[in-house]
Amino acid sequence: MSRIRGVRDALRSNRTLRRLARNRAAVVSAAFLALLVVVAVLSPVLMPHDPGRQDLLSRLESPSGEHWLGTDSLGRDNFSRLIEGTRVTLWACLQAIALAVAIGIPTGLIAGFVGRKVDTVLSWVADILLSLPPLILALAIVGILGPGLTNAMVAVGVVFAPRFFRVARAAAYSVRNETYVEATRALGCSTSRILFRHVLPNSSGPLLVQLTFALGLVVTAEASLSFLGLGAKPPTATWGSMVRDAFNNVYDTTFPLIAPSLMIVLTILAFSALGDALRDALGRQSRVGD
Amino acid sequence: MARVLARRVLTSIPALLGVMLVALLLLELMPGDPAEIMAGENATPEAVQMIRDDLRLDDPLYERFSRYVGGVVTGDLGESPGSGIPVWDRISEALPVTLSLGGMALVLAVVVAIPAGTWAALRRDGLADRAVAAAAAVLQAVPPFVIGLGLVIFLAVERAWLPANGYVAFADDPYEWFRHLILPATALALSAAAELARQTRGAVVDVLEQDYIRAARAKGLRDRLVIGKHVAKNAATPVVTVLGLQVGRILGGAVVVELIFGMHGFGALALNAVVTRDIVLIQGVVLVSAIAVLIANLLVDLVYVYLNPRSRA
Repeated sequence: MSRIRGVRDALRSNRTLRRLARNRAAVVSAAFLALLVVVAVLSPVLMPHDPGRQDLLSRLESPSGEHWLGTDSLGRDNFSRLIEGTRVTLWACLQAIALAVAIGIPTGLIAGFVGRKVDTVLSWVADILLSLPPLILALAIVGILGPGLTNAMVAVGVVFAPRFFRVARAAAYSVRNETYVEATRALGCSTSRILFRHVLPNSSGPLLVQLTFALGLVVTAEASLSFLGLGAKPPTATWGSMVRDAFNNVYDTTFPLIAPSLMIVLTILAFSALGDALRDALGRQSRVGD
Repeated sequence: MARVLARRVLTSIPALLGVMLVALLLLELMPGDPAEIMAGENATPEAVQMIRDDLRLDDPLYERFSRYVGGVVTGDLGESPGSGIPVWDRISEALPVTLSLGGMALVLAVVVAIPAGTWAALRRDGLADRAVAAAAAVLQAVPPFVIGLGLVIFLAVERAWLPANGYVAFADDPYEWFRHLILPATALALSAAAELARQTRGAVVDVLEQDYIRAARAKGLRDRLVIGKHVAKNAATPVVTVLGLQVGRILGGAVVVELIFGMHGFGALALNAVVTRDIVLIQGVVLVSAIAVLIANLLVDLVYVYLNPRSRA
């Protein structure tokens, strides 16, 4: 049984992959994101300077052979900070999305599968969280926990959890009366086994699409919070905090704004293009439980 | 209309109570002693105790909740501990700025997006359609603060065509009010416009395929009437939905945009509340945002009723 499913899954994912590979925007986006991951992993080797080392005699310098992207307001090397920022930003966003998934998916599956009062209460909580503007809710949570990158990412994770809750809930709800669920139940499977071994794999399509779009939005949220000074604390660099530093000195030089802003925009664009392509490639599958 | 309004107001009460409960629970989630955190680092024990008494932290949650709800009903959102300034005073002072900003952003978004989306739909798969789709995809990916920074650099810092800072009340000088708002409103409007244009295009394409449009054309109705009357009214429903969703988004975006353009509105107040860790003000900000979103939803529902007589039943 499991072997048959394995073969079928492989075929299906191959078909999805084949469709993805034909989509030029998706290939370019995936390549760009892969490059970011490589840069993040290899960052200690790639950085030409210590990203935290200050040199107050060479503040806000223009690009040169020594400093490819110039220096920031404390004389730190912008190119090295951009590389470090790539690592810190990606890691922070992964943490936030992991938290959102860890909260949203199990609660969503339970709400959709069990129904009744559990569903009513959990859906009420999700609706309340969704009714608030995301950035305002994130700000409120940071206000409670205090500023800092980890706390900001906890806030972002909580803000995004209801989205995964909704998708998981709809998926579980749509299959809970299917024959195969009844069959596994008759075989004596526990509810958690049914949910995580049978229902979850069957809704992986819409969840994957949601995940890709959410990653782009999380990058936006991290950048916004760090720009507001509520995320990464000095000397840690993220793209958002680099934009903030450049903004503080915008009347001296505008050049340092460009690189981190570009990284933010390109990354968001890549996730959104990949999400669109993934939804198209999965076709009907991406709408299971919608 | 009045029945729909009354029903919608009643059904939003549980959501509002929920938001108030979340706002109060925020305090419970604070790591450590909220009174000590709010008093600041070098506070005397008396100052901490005063804040604790102000917030009535020693009372049980349900008592604080019922008192908070009672206060909200009478327009009292509490006072900032320490300064003693009523939270509602600070919010009502800041709201006109953000209402001007958000209102202009919404108007800009509608003025740009609806013609662009309709145009793209009428030239389906043509050059215009692809150009609008590409522009919308890019603009949707650019966060408001990046657009804001770009506008500041190109139009305010390097060329000084428009002011980069501050706000002038409409009552003081309508021309300066407009000049100060146009850049920040554009920064907020563009991503909203992108989503709105996409939605408009989709809705118009769907409606154009309907039989009643073919019938209207077949009986010789001029294009202007077909588009302006039959298409517009039927395509409006999904567009209005998306327009309503932009209110929450613009409120969030205002935090960043008001920082960039040095405006002292609701967003700046929210940021200030977080930086000074003024929990009572944060609660007020959360509640007022929720009410703003609820009002937007309410207006959307009323427009539905206007557009679709069937929903009046």
